[in-house]
Amino acid sequence: MVDRSSSDERPPREREARRTAPAAAKDASSRKSRERLVTSRMHRPIPHDSAHKHVTGEALYVDDLPEPAGTAHLYLGLSDRAHARITSLDLDAVRASAGVLAVLTAADIPGMNDMSSTGRHDEVLLAADLISYHRQPIFAVVGETRDAARRACLAAKVSYEDIPPLVTVEEARSAGADFVTEPLKLERGDVTAALNASSRRLKCSMRVGGQEHFYLEGQIALAVPGEDNDVTVHSSTQHPSEIQHIVSHVLGIPSHAVTVEVRRMGGAFGGKETQGNLFACLAALAAKKLGRAVKCRPDRDDDMTITGKRHDFLIDYEVGFDDHGVIHAADLVYAARCGFSPDLSGPVTDRALFHADNCYFYPSVRARSEPFRTNTCSNTAFRGFGGPQGMLGAERLIEEVAFATGLDPLDVRKRNFYGIGERDVTPYHQRVEDNIVAEIVERLERTSRYRERRQALRSANARSRIVKRGLALTPVKFGISFTATWFNQAGALVHVYKDGSVHLNHGGTEMGQGLYMKVAQVVADEFQLGVDRVKITATTTGKVPNTSATAASSGSDLNGMAAQAAARVIKERLIGFLAEEWSVPTREILLEQGLVRAGNKSMTFEELVHAAYMARIQLSAAGFYKTPKIHWDRKSGRGHPFYYFAYGAAVSEVAIDTLTGEYRVERVDILHDCGNSLNPAIDRGQIEGGFVQGMGWLTTEELWFDKEGRLRTHAPSTYKIPVASDRPRVFNVEFFDGGGNREPTVGRSKAVGEPPLMLAISVLHALSDAVASLADYRYCPRLDTPATPERVLFAVEEMRARAAEHRHEGKW
Amino acid sequence: MSEARTSLRFIDGEVSRELSGFDPTLTILDWLRLDERRMGTKEGCAEGDCGACTVVVGRFVGTQVRYRAINACIAPLASLDGRRLITIEHLKAGGSLHPVQQAMVDRHGSQCGFCTPGIVMSLFALWLNENEASEERIEDALAGNLCRCTGYQPIIAAGRQMFEKGAAAKKAWIAQAAAMAERIRQLQDDRRLEIRKGTRRFIAPASIEDFAKVYASHPDATILAGATDVGLWITKDMRLLDTVIHPGRIAALEGVAEKEEALVFGAMTNLADAENALSRIHPHLAELLRRFGGEQIRNVGTVGGNIANGSPIGDLPPALIALGATVTLRSQEKRRELPLEKFFIAYKRQDRHPGEFVESVRVRKLGAASLFHASKVSKRFDEDISAVCGAFRLERDAKGRINEARLAFGGMAAVPKRASRAERALVGQEWNEEAAERAAVALEKDFAPLDDWRASARYRMRCAQNLLLRFAIETSEAETETRIAGPLARRDLSGELAGAAPSREL
Repeated sequence: MVDRSSSDERPPREREARRTAPAAAKDASSRKSRERLVTSRMHRPIPHDSAHKHVTGEALYVDDLPEPAGTAHLYLGLSDRAHARITSLDLDAVRASAGVLAVLTAADIPGMNDMSSTGRHDEVLLAADLISYHRQPIFAVVGETRDAARRACLAAKVSYEDIPPLVTVEEARSAGADFVTEPLKLERGDVTAALNASSRRLKCSMRVGGQEHFYLEGQIALAVPGEDNDVTVHSSTQHPSEIQHIVSHVLGIPSHAVTVEVRRMGGAFGGKETQGNLFACLAALAAKKLGRAVKCRPDRDDDMTITGKRHDFLIDYEVGFDDHGVIHAADLVYAARCGFSPDLSGPVTDRALFHADNCYFYPSVRARSEPFRTNTCSNTAFRGFGGPQGMLGAERLIEEVAFATGLDPLDVRKRNFYGIGERDVTPYHQRVEDNIVAEIVERLERTSRYRERRQALRSANARSRIVKRGLALTPVKFGISFTATWFNQAGALVHVYKDGSVHLNHGGTEMGQGLYMKVAQVVADEFQLGVDRVKITATTTGKVPNTSATAASSGSDLNGMAAQAAARVIKERLIGFLAEEWSVPTREILLEQGLVRAGNKSMTFEELVHAAYMARIQLSAAGFYKTPKIHWDRKSGRGHPFYYFAYGAAVSEVAIDTLTGEYRVERVDILHDCGNSLNPAIDRGQIEGGFVQGMGWLTTEELWFDKEGRLRTHAPSTYKIPVASDRPRVFNVEFFDGGGNREPTVGRSKAVGEPPLMLAISVLHALSDAVASLADYRYCPRLDTPATPERVLFAVEEMRARAAEHRHEGKW
Repeated sequence: MSEARTSLRFIDGEVSRELSGFDPTLTILDWLRLDERRMGTKEGCAEGDCGACTVVVGRFVGTQVRYRAINACIAPLASLDGRRLITIEHLKAGGSLHPVQQAMVDRHGSQCGFCTPGIVMSLFALWLNENEASEERIEDALAGNLCRCTGYQPIIAAGRQMFEKGAAAKKAWIAQAAAMAERIRQLQDDRRLEIRKGTRRFIAPASIEDFAKVYASHPDATILAGATDVGLWITKDMRLLDTVIHPGRIAALEGVAEKEEALVFGAMTNLADAENALSRIHPHLAELLRRFGGEQIRNVGTVGGNIANGSPIGDLPPALIALGATVTLRSQEKRRELPLEKFFIAYKRQDRHPGEFVESVRVRKLGAASLFHASKVSKRFDEDISAVCGAFRLERDAKGRINEARLAFGGMAAVPKRASRAERALVGQEWNEEAAERAAVALEKDFAPLDDWRASARYRMRCAQNLLLRFAIETSEAETETRIAGPLARRDLSGELAGAAPSREL
């Protein structure tokens, strides 16, 4: 049942829902019918389906589910070396510990000791011999309680023969480390010639930090054994089908024996696309071995050290440009710390290259990826999936050109935007056909009073001795579709029961992004029912098979269309049935506000359903959708990998303290394109939340590995995500009204999960602008990320030193 | 002294509970989730840093019950003795949402929902204790609650709405408060509490004398004050503590006594109360304390605990050392008082004899000629551990020359420490930027700072030096803007410029 909130009194911030209520609603005399209509359509700011359950603590996450009698608990024994051979593993004391039921090692895996999502068979669940990263799992203990299992793990005696670890990209590169996956090259034009022909050129590099997902609900799985080979796994995962396939492959059983279910996750952000595999597989393995339900939930610190994160990159760039700030050539190398295995590093580093242009046309371009293998956790998907890192490179190029030419970075941006009908070919040879970036940026420039404020800040900085302020506007263009073309498919299952209530299931998972509500809105809209009539049910591999991960911002695009297709089949059957009953043409039959009408005849939806059932009409249907138009040939680096692009822009203003490097985001103005938003309240949440998460990535969130390869920021005490007071002091968010998606997506909406995260790049550039004030905006500060207070202070000091040098040379 | 009581008594929502035989260091969170199977309260980090496990605890202070948000993940269940526990399950009355919950729904304050119960409880505590709150106050109340989805904007909006639409619920709350206070009062007694399982025990003495006695007989016991650090020994290091002594029931160890020249803090005075008292000495101390952990931590962390723990990065010791605080140690036999800086011997080692505990801290007030400054630098502004914390007190003679300099730092050495060379460089000087620069140079000889994931040694040194400079600038240039945030920030240029622009929508 969908929780309905007091939709009457919607907060003012939703007033901008662009679509006004249809005239029918205004005429409706009773409040009830108005509400029903309001909740029965797409494009409404309806609260999250679980909002009531969230605020009362009644929403169940995997750890909250009632445990079957006899549930045992699994904990992991972890390596304390980053790179070593295990010379001996003595688990006798572990086995002898109180409350221990079983101890599992690689030798206990009946199928394959592999959980790679790529099919490369190169990612072990439990290390048997070689340790490839610090805190890699070596064994698992099943105990009567989680405490007993966890405590027993500490009794293991492991001896190692150390091998020097490769921790950073630089170390990997200089040691000639291998790539975890095939690198990608995108190329258009003759870059070398274009660089040589450019009147000016610059070459430098940029370090981009990674990011821990910090989903509030950690990784978890509960496996319940069934008869034969069967096992049901409740997993906090974005990708139930992958959990299913990998569990079956680890247990050596067919996929049909494994059912994976997830009602909701307590946050995921990409961190549960593949990273749940380990916990689910071990829980399932133990459950089958012991014949008892087994739960596996690592402690936060272990979760953070075991699982992969956003990739950090070293970007080497060379740019050719002219005095007008126009870029002629870009030569880019994106080297990534991928960790010990490929996981999703291939597509992540590919997506970095796909976004190395952001909104800018490079007449000649070469972009290459270097996905290095390192002795660190295996980096994985994270909101944006390499795109944000790619874009940071593009924005750095702009900044370099701006400082080199003395132009306002915004003007440099504008001069290099993709054109419309010209200068519109990307490095991967797809034309940008839906370009609205110039329009968005111009409007935002105006509404945020960018020019005026920039001037005011500059003169204020000249007067302010310690606190300096900076301002920057950055745009976003983000490609929508999985670049693995085959993932762009989805299924849904809709049942209409005899009482007219609707059961909805689809392959998408709910991680807080409001997907379930959006898809329910689509189905409710199709049947013209209130959303409360549509029961949203847990995602399970038993209802919709072979699903794709809920990722790449694709959730509502794919599942919304699949659910719409399923509902439409049932609707057409109902209409066909009624047309015969009433002897009217089908086109005259209308579903409206819970009623079915044709001419002056009408009946309720419930009556129709009941009559159809009695007439033996099938009231269940599966729906399917595949994204049209897309194709991609990785070998040649050519194709049309994206169905469309999502656009947005943000202006950020910051203040920095030049004594400590600490800073504050003073104001942010965002203009973002959601097409025709399916749910403006939910989309606003995605924009604001994505922005703040992106800001955290670029500012205070620092993954700090020591020389031994140990992650030392592995808990919220040391890894600092934004808190309430970090959010922008003034935060204006508006939707761009561009008339909806040009492509026929569900409701002409646009994907919104990832793109807003990259709006936060404006914060980095505002910090850079503030730092640049210390040397009268003559030098590019080249801030690496995360731009912690420490990095900002040192950048400030470097600017001061350069300014002094400059003065000394009498140039001022 | 009567015989020890062996069962824990508290009020769980409305229900009186009496429990015994549980693990002496069982946390409130594990009790709720594993024993009671009450799943509304979540575990996010098990170290008191994310707030997903926030519950509200009411306890008798003076003649009133005070309700405060705390982290259930690191709080021992046994510390609830004589108190009232309110969890997320208690908020919904008769099937309808509490105004805090309704506000969170109306404002779209939840996405994944996992942090939400904790956020609701933090907001609930604020709603109980205030009749209105500024955005800054709401942010502060939420500094110990991490949300990874929303970006906080709708949650702050909910914090505003809960006051606007919460009057009726507040009236209902007040109507039952006295009767509830009486029930809680009846739980107070002067018997020692002893929760035992096997050889392990949790002892909560009811008086200072009893504390001294029990500690003398168990000198190896762990004293657990606010459990904000010891809690992690339990949840993270998996330590099985044999005997734990919790002085949380001893009223005489709590509170601040105001003397003519000093404030005397009972060791168990929590940091939230200390913040109020210290703000009377100097506004910088209020801001320093405000940035001390999240509110849940400040509500349980104690002055004595922060000192006795001996962390090199605790924020209180530098401020107290600079002020010239002394610590009084108590054992069954005697009391002794020593300057706080002498108490810290080496990394996590203090001058504390077997059976001795911190009883109180005496903090010298500032005089008319005193100059004082305290600053904290951290990666994240709120709820973060200091990279550097500096606190400085200068006394000047009639001619304005410095005759006493006390420059104390955290994060710069293995213990909170005074910068003796820098202090010497100041004595006899006038206080100005030149003097600050001389002291800053001397600082490099005083310290070889920590070098770790919070900050490099080089950054720590630069900040320490710059904090002296900030002190000098703030002393001489009243108009210069030297802070970017917090109540000490002097102006908001952005506000001026924002002028005609749309204000923040809430």
